[in-house]
Amino acid sequence: MFGEIVYLDNAAATRLDERVLEAMKPYFFETYAVATSQFGYSPGIEAKDALEAARSTIAGALGAKPEEFIFTSGSTESSNMALKGVALALGEKKGKHIIVSKIEDFPVLYSARALEKQGFRVTYLDVDEYGRVDLDQLRQAITPETILVSIQAANQEIGTLQDVAAIGAICREQGVLFHTDATHSFPRVPLDVREVPVDLVTVTAHLIHGPKGVGGLYVREGTPLTKWMDGGFQEFNLRAGAENIPGAIGFAKAVELVTPEETARLQEMRDRLIERLLQIPHSRLNGHPTLRLPHNANISFRFVEGESILLHLDMRGFAVSTGSACFSRSLEASHVILGIGGNHERAHGSVRFTFGRFNKPEDVDAVAEAIAEVIENLRAISPLGKE
Amino acid sequence: MPLPYSEKVMEHFRNPRNVGRIEDPDAKAVEGSPACGDMVAVYLKVDPEAQRITDIKFESYGCASNIATGSIITELAKGKTLEEAKKITWKEAADALGGLPPIKTHCSVLAVDGLRAAIQNYEERHGLVKERVPTTVEVVRKRLKHVMNPMTGLDLVRTKIVRDIEVSDGKVRVAIDLPADHQFAANIREEIIEKIEPLWDVDEVVVEFTE
Repeated sequence: MFGEIVYLDNAAATRLDERVLEAMKPYFFETYAVATSQFGYSPGIEAKDALEAARSTIAGALGAKPEEFIFTSGSTESSNMALKGVALALGEKKGKHIIVSKIEDFPVLYSARALEKQGFRVTYLDVDEYGRVDLDQLRQAITPETILVSIQAANQEIGTLQDVAAIGAICREQGVLFHTDATHSFPRVPLDVREVPVDLVTVTAHLIHGPKGVGGLYVREGTPLTKWMDGGFQEFNLRAGAENIPGAIGFAKAVELVTPEETARLQEMRDRLIERLLQIPHSRLNGHPTLRLPHNANISFRFVEGESILLHLDMRGFAVSTGSACFSRSLEASHVILGIGGNHERAHGSVRFTFGRFNKPEDVDAVAEAIAEVIENLRAISPLGKE
Repeated sequence: MPLPYSEKVMEHFRNPRNVGRIEDPDAKAVEGSPACGDMVAVYLKVDPEAQRITDIKFESYGCASNIATGSIITELAKGKTLEEAKKITWKEAADALGGLPPIKTHCSVLAVDGLRAAIQNYEERHGLVKERVPTTVEVVRKRLKHVMNPMTGLDLVRTKIVRDIEVSDGKVRVAIDLPADHQFAANIREEIIEKIEPLWDVDEVVVEFTE
């Protein structure tokens, strides 16, 4: 079905790497037993060993101890677990105040809103024109009732990176837990929990050419977190359910396959695309010019609408994403573009391009040429921008 | 993979008919605004004898359903008399396109509104408004339903930010529940004036922000 499409929506999903699939296969057909204790039967012990090896690999990529990393079904579950788990653990004991940024992705944002309905108070921190959180505002927002700060490592739409080290330092100084959603940055943008004072980190496999349906949560040793997925005693008794062993193996393999060289290659493509697209009149970059995800370019084009751009690009064989209200299921403009001070118009004409392993350098020129034509055609029929 | 749009919608989106501008049109209208999203402009050439639309063009700043509806509406209206064209409904346009997703009603209604507003513009310009209905609070309110609240994409009346409307001696005063320094205040003011000022008995429109 995809045929010859040039896929530039790697922040939504990525193609599985064959090597990941090969690594997973034996755990579907041979070592398919559930992980058992060392007193169980041998296939179960083998499965357990493989699971623990995968855990070590991923924890290692975060500078964490293996027992500080739990597998989940993906970043949505991880972030739900972080916010709700801390709320359950500390809400009655310490306080009912949580701080998040305005431009968090939906799992954090809607977990916060769900907690608001349960009587928690949530502060939504503003961001500047690039999407960066104001550290002074964060400092001032923390009260004795604050139990958790949740600020993403990188933004899902505009790619802006936050200063997680500085945010973590503030939280540590004030004795408040810090969760960061690193869904879009892990492991391309290094985050070492031995250096960064962060207590909880959300990660996922499906954006680094791993399988869908597996992710994880780093939980610093001693972090109060109440289990809310009840059942068995898996994952250090924090998350019940038979472990997704093929998924865990695939996730670990996907992490191993990410290299700094590859990330540099993606960044080169990103930079060249941004440079070319900004030559189109009435275009602007959304997000920070340098402190951004290595594979994300997000540009707004004036006088044209994103869904129309997207459909025209689809006809020409390119897959991209837009923050236009017309494209969202809720008909709401991107809360991220509005959050960085943009209006509906800027969200309306915003297009996100995200690169992955299977993009080739020539994709940059191809999409840049296609988009220049599409924008020109759509502007020709637009009532705006003519005088 | 089934797209939410019919083949007909996609065909009109790919190759919109009657697109562009008419230089020196007999009438024109713009519905929607860039701040709230979609926008449609409709231009008319009218045979004054027969009251028939001889040429019609549209421009769109919008999504596929907006472009496709603009295209089909010009096809439906071309050659019709003003009276006939006035009666074209959104339902007819949607049916002619083989249906539209319900969530896209708003963007496609704009094109129909654009056609009606252009015809009204012709009638106002050419002294054809038969019954000169005096402007009342209700008339103003009805027009404000065509001004979008950019924060929600819904109109001002539906989002309940119209606090007060006063009409007296050709002067219309509209009070909006927003701070005067709100990022969309200037935009909303401009839109309101654009919608109310063409009314035949209105000389002045004042927009106040009350918060």
